[in-house]
Amino acid sequence: MRTPAGHKIYGMGAEYPSAASLYEAAKMVRDAGFKRWDVHSPFPIHGMDDAMGLGKSWLSAVVLAGGISGLLTAVILEFGPSWGLYPLIVHGKPYDWRTVPAFFPIMFELTVLFSAFAAFFAVLIMNGLPRPHHPLFNWDRFSRATNDGFFLVIEARDSRFTEIEARELLEKSGGQHITVVHEE
Amino acid sequence: MDQSPTAPGTIGGGAAMTAERPLARVPLVLNRRNFSWITERISGVVEQPAPRWWWVCFTITGTIAAFGLFCLGYQISTGVGTWGLNHPVGWAWDITNFVFWIGIGHAGTLISAILFLLRQKWRTSINRSAEAMTLFAVMCAAIFPGVHVGRVWMAWYLAPVPNNYGIWPNFRSPLMWDVFAVSTYFTVSVLFWYTGLIPDLATLRDRATTKIKKFLFGFFACGWRGSNRHWRHYEMAYLLLAGLSTPLVLSVHSVVSFDFATSILPTWHTTIFPPYFVAGAIFGGFAMVLTLLIPARAIFKLQDIITPQHIDKMAKIILLTGSFVSYAYAMEFFVAWYSGNAYEKFAFWNRIFGPYWWYWWVGMLFCNVLSPQLFWFRWCRRNIFVVYFVCMCVNAGMWFERFIIIVGGLHRDFLTSSWGIFIPTWVDIWTFIGTLGIFTSLFLIFIRFLPMIAMSEVKIVLPEADAHFHGAADHHPAAAGGRERA
Repeated sequence: MRTPAGHKIYGMGAEYPSAASLYEAAKMVRDAGFKRWDVHSPFPIHGMDDAMGLGKSWLSAVVLAGGISGLLTAVILEFGPSWGLYPLIVHGKPYDWRTVPAFFPIMFELTVLFSAFAAFFAVLIMNGLPRPHHPLFNWDRFSRATNDGFFLVIEARDSRFTEIEARELLEKSGGQHITVVHEE
Repeated sequence: MDQSPTAPGTIGGGAAMTAERPLARVPLVLNRRNFSWITERISGVVEQPAPRWWWVCFTITGTIAAFGLFCLGYQISTGVGTWGLNHPVGWAWDITNFVFWIGIGHAGTLISAILFLLRQKWRTSINRSAEAMTLFAVMCAAIFPGVHVGRVWMAWYLAPVPNNYGIWPNFRSPLMWDVFAVSTYFTVSVLFWYTGLIPDLATLRDRATTKIKKFLFGFFACGWRGSNRHWRHYEMAYLLLAGLSTPLVLSVHSVVSFDFATSILPTWHTTIFPPYFVAGAIFGGFAMVLTLLIPARAIFKLQDIITPQHIDKMAKIILLTGSFVSYAYAMEFFVAWYSGNAYEKFAFWNRIFGPYWWYWWVGMLFCNVLSPQLFWFRWCRRNIFVVYFVCMCVNAGMWFERFIIIVGGLHRDFLTSSWGIFIPTWVDIWTFIGTLGIFTSLFLIFIRFLPMIAMSEVKIVLPEADAHFHGAADHHPAAAGGRERA
């Protein structure tokens, strides 16, 4: 979709005066049936996921996978040398499976380490970050999204998006400074 | 804490309700500050030019740090003999310092992870700087065992990598566990800290005035734009990192205590060590958090964010963990007597009346057991000077405690023929003082260049951050007539 001047449209955004009004607006946009839209706030708003109709984040599954791979790494790392490469007898203690309690601390540490890496990289990858440039940064007012501004943006690629309908909905929900955001 | 103690519908109800209305919560951010005030005040610390006192402090701490680095260089190039270590005291100031610094780190993780899981919203004012303190403390800690290896260039032997000698480290050794625990702890702390920083770096990016600042903050903010689709994954990641850090932090000092507890030395060979060390770590760490934050909040005028209530709560945690530690001290003496073990009994008698007697009387008894008792009294917890005095006592006391455990255990062996005494050299002393300089220098750099308070998290604890907030009377019981306890 393009403006009369030929700019490609990213979407239409509105600013809201408070977290509560953004929350109410999000519920209206959700109920209107839009799919490609988002709200932007300087902090996570409790209950917003439900207001937007989003489910629970499945990032935890990635972290579980990370934890399991960490545990397996530790098992291989410790039993590999102990069983074949370098059996080490200390204090006359066994080095076969019966030594496993002494291996627990490192198994635990690597499980935590790999899980933490999984959580960190998953949050970036699942959010499509790092992404230094984004059409929303073309909107002057948008810099307040990291300070005290509350924004709602409906993307043009949403199948229901028309400029008139989006503007009407944003106006009805109490949006201010309603603006068409350009791609470039 | 953002919820009013009574249901919104009942506030301002009939006269009968008034008598039953519970005490209102004191707001976590005082004077009804709004979102942009928080942004301005915290970003302002980073954006304004460095005040003169900063340069004065940094010059002093930087000089001390440089001298510490010189001592390390001298020690590495000359040998471990430059320290006062000798038979029978093979671990002394170095390992004392290691345990001291690692312990300090624990308070940061407790604040950022455990208090998060426990929904203690007051943590948001202090978690960022406490986490930074953790990182710097662990850096200082890592210096000592690394250098104590003797031939530092051989330290890579600790890493389980295939090598052409075909040898592997002993994975059943607590010292090896320590390598894994401390390195995991540092890495996870960095990840957790950086994840928390991303939204605040985006704030600084959007406020940046120069091109280079815009580039640097923009680079590290990864293009964060406060999207709720992002916050959803972000909050899950934050929760999981907190959940992972919680057992991790408990494991780290437990593993540190295994270094001692798995030996057969009297006073070291005890099962009480892991919880005793963890409690001591949090005890000492909170004292260090307050030591850093009390001046910082005064200098940067952050009293509305780090309020007397925060200091009060931290003082209570010091009192609680100090009580754990006191209990552990008492239990050690009890078991020494009750076990009937002559060596154990002697070791504890020696702790009080032996050559290091004053370390125990001043360091452990006065600083760690007696001084926190002041925090039973509210006026002591609310008096900055009393709080600072106790924190200084605890900082020193926890160092003495580790010294007593380590050197006190080593200098009187089973055989009288191998008794000895430890005398620190100037290199010992200045290496330790040097790490104090490194620690404070890093902290000063941190408060200059990064937001020392988590802006995005402090904003959440304001009443108007709630999605159901509609006006002051709704969520402010004091405004609705509730009594407010300052």
